[in-house]
Parts: sequence; C-alpha cells; structure tokens
Amino acid sequence: MAVKEPLELVRSQIRELNPVEAKEALDADSGIALIDTREPHEYEEAHLEGATLIPPALVGQDIGAKVPDRSKPLIVYCRTGNRSAYAVKQLQDLGYEDVASMSGGIELWQDLGLPVAAAEGMTAEQRERYSRHTLLPEVGVPGQLKMLDAKVLLIGAGGLGSPTALYLAAAGIGTIGLVDDDAVDASNLQRQVIHTTDRVGMAKTSSAKLTIEALNPDVEVVEHNLRLDAGNVLELLEPYDVIVDGADNFPTRYLLNDASVRLRKPVVSASILSFDGQISTFVPYEGPCYRCLYPSPPPPELAPSCSAAGVLGVMAGVVGLLQANEVIKLVTGIGEPLIGRLLLYEALGTRFTELKVRRDPECPICGENAPEIAEADLGKFPDYEAFCRG
Amino acid sequence: MSSVKIPPVLRQHTGGEALVEVDGASVGDVLRGLAESHPDTRDQLFSPEGDLNRYVNVYLNDEDVRVLDGLDTAVSDDDTVVILPAMAGGR
Repeated sequence: MAVKEPLELVRSQIRELNPVEAKEALDADSGIALIDTREPHEYEEAHLEGATLIPPALVGQDIGAKVPDRSKPLIVYCRTGNRSAYAVKQLQDLGYEDVASMSGGIELWQDLGLPVAAAEGMTAEQRERYSRHTLLPEVGVPGQLKMLDAKVLLIGAGGLGSPTALYLAAAGIGTIGLVDDDAVDASNLQRQVIHTTDRVGMAKTSSAKLTIEALNPDVEVVEHNLRLDAGNVLELLEPYDVIVDGADNFPTRYLLNDASVRLRKPVVSASILSFDGQISTFVPYEGPCYRCLYPSPPPPELAPSCSAAGVLGVMAGVVGLLQANEVIKLVTGIGEPLIGRLLLYEALGTRFTELKVRRDPECPICGENAPEIAEADLGKFPDYEAFCRG
Repeated sequence: MSSVKIPPVLRQHTGGEALVEVDGASVGDVLRGLAESHPDTRDQLFSPEGDLNRYVNVYLNDEDVRVLDGLDTAVSDDDTVVILPAMAGGR
C-alpha cells in the first residue's frame, strides 16, 4: 500500500460487525474463517478461539495460502478495529467477496466479557495486571512467565532495597527474598519508600513484606531477618537466581562477592553516598567480579556510610531502579546488562559516566590462578570484619 | 591541562571542587600535581613509597590505568582522569 487512505474513508467502504454480532455469526456458521491481524506477541497473549494470525504487513502475501477460496466468509479483527479495517479493504481489493471487520477489536470483545483463548501459564488477573509488559515484543508472555518464576534475593531492605523491591514486586518477580536485620527508623523514611511512618520500630523485612503483599499478591516474600555472615551466606544465596547488593558495608560486599562467584550467581551491585551513585552487574566468569573492580577496601576515612555523610533520598530511587532494571534484563534475557561496565551517576550535575571494568587475571576469587574451591571449603571465609578494619 | 574528577569523599580536600584542572604528561604527573595543589589528597592517593594506593581506582577517560601503563600512562589535554574509591553505602 503506497499511501494509507484515511481510516474514516476505509471504514465507509467496508462492512463492520460489533463483537456481539461477530460472535453470533461465528456461532451460527462454522464455515467462517476468523483472521487475527495483529503482531505475533499480541496474538500470543490472547486471541479469539480458532483465529488464524496474519500480521498487518503480511495480509496480501499470506491470505492466498491461508484462505484460498475467495468466496469463503471472513471476519477480521485486531486490537481496536483499525488495522482490521485496512485489512478488510485490502482483502476486498484482492477479490474476497464476504469480508467483515470486527469493530472495537479484541479489546471491546474482552470488555464485553466474551471468551478468549489466552496464553498458558497466566491467570486472567495476571494477563490484565502484566498487559503493559506482555505488549512489549521483547518481554511478551514468555518474558513475564520468566519473571513470575524468578527468585531474587535483596541484600538490604533499606535505601536501595526499597525501590528495587517495590518495582520488582510490581513487575511480578515471583519470589523476593529480603535480608535485613534492622528495624524501621524515622530517619529512614526520607528515602526508604517501602516503609511507612506507622511502622517505625518494625523489622524492615516485615514492613517491606506488608507493602509488597499489598502491591502484588503474586509475589512470595521470604523474610531473612538476619545479617549476612560467612556462616549463612551460601545457604541463603543457594535458592535464588539473581542477587541484588544494596549492602551498607564492605565486609558484606566482599563476602557476598566471594560466595556468589563460588555459586556462580549474578549480582547486581550498587552503592550511593551523598549525591553520587555507582552500579555494575557482576556475572561470575562472564565478566569481572567485585574484587576485580576493587581489589581491596578503602580505609574508614575514605568510606563513610550514609548515616555519617548523608545521602539525597532520591539517589536511592534513581540507583535502586537502575538495579531493578538490571535484574529484569538478567531474568528475561533481554538487552545488555551492565557486565564489565561501571555506571556512575552524579545527581548535582545530572551526569552519567560509564567506565570499563575488566576481569583481573590476578583476581584471588575469579582469576586464572584462583584455587578451585573444594566442597569441604565452601562456606569458609576469612574474617572479613577484621580484614576490612585492618 | 587535564581534568581530574574528584570523588565525593575527597572533595573536602579540594575545597569542594568536583573537577580540578592539572598539568602533566602522565597519569602519575597529573595525580602528583593534584597532591601538590591540594596536599590533603596526597595520603589518600599515594602510599608513603609513592605508589598509588591499592584501594584507589584511576581511570583515563573510561579505561582503568591498571590495564594501560599505570601511573606512566600518557595523558593529553583533552583527557579526563577519574579517581574512584569504592563506595559501600546502600541504606
């Protein structure tokens, strides 16, 4: 089609049936061919029972093979009735004699409560809830199902963990584990948006669980009301697919790195301080690990905490959501994760800087000469607290 | 003059400046120049022996100088030297 005719002109030249009329016609005559003229990912999400998919761009090319008999009655639909109107006009021009477009499309059909053949594995509520995800060709129903199956562990249910957990929960990550041994404090509320004023004093994992369950009942929240240490880290990480590091101290970050490399679990790591943030994704043996980037921790005077130095509340949101974005890419397998790249964000200048991070051949954990870890040695770590103090 | 990006933890030693212009032909020259103009940064950047501290990452533009020629890496006027200490804040 060279120039698209105006929709109104096209509609004046074709026959349209509303969804109720279309259903009556289909029920009365099993000889009618039903054509869905949308994109494959839309069809996959939900379509009318018995419909044949012919995307708009392929109508002229594919109809001959799918419906060779030009006298056969056809009903064509799309999402809202616009694409199907053009398709019907085109089919008429090709010599199809009895063609109708379904006005209002599958959207109106569903609004009227008429039945559809929906994607397997999702309930009607889930198809509605995640429709803006499944409409994205890169995600689709398969991507959403991966999210619903995914198990993600958040280290810290505080500044970074709050926005990350909220958006991962909204996105339908099926299992979210929360590791935090802290209780909600009034000074947290300026940035830890998963908690509320009336929950000051409550365990952060419990408070976060309340918010997540109110947001999305699909999510199973697993509370780990404890502090990550060498004795529990392997057992904690084991059931999860992706780890999100929002820890507030170096011992935890090095411990988590070493354990995740041993278990080959990807870690989305970020930190924030005052007006600055940094984030990278560490996928063991595919890219560098945290120790390749930072071989040794800085002395205390160069590593103030947020409680000592302050942090702009929105930094947690900006950087925490970059972490959530990384998690979704890792889980669904789309896009380019931040592997081998460190992204810096400076809020005052609103500047992003990207630095290259390479695997260190000398890395004691993932380097070429790093010792193989025997089963019996798994879970044995040096005294990180002393190491970082020293 | 090369530009040196100062991380937040060192800005108290550069009068709050986030970007400092320093002359020098190599990364080492530039960092030593920074330490001369802002003496309080010296101990944070260098060991008593004059080596770069292990916990300080230095990048020439977007590349880690450890995979270039370290402190001997040549710099030109348009280059940016980024000083990056690890940060742990998450809460």
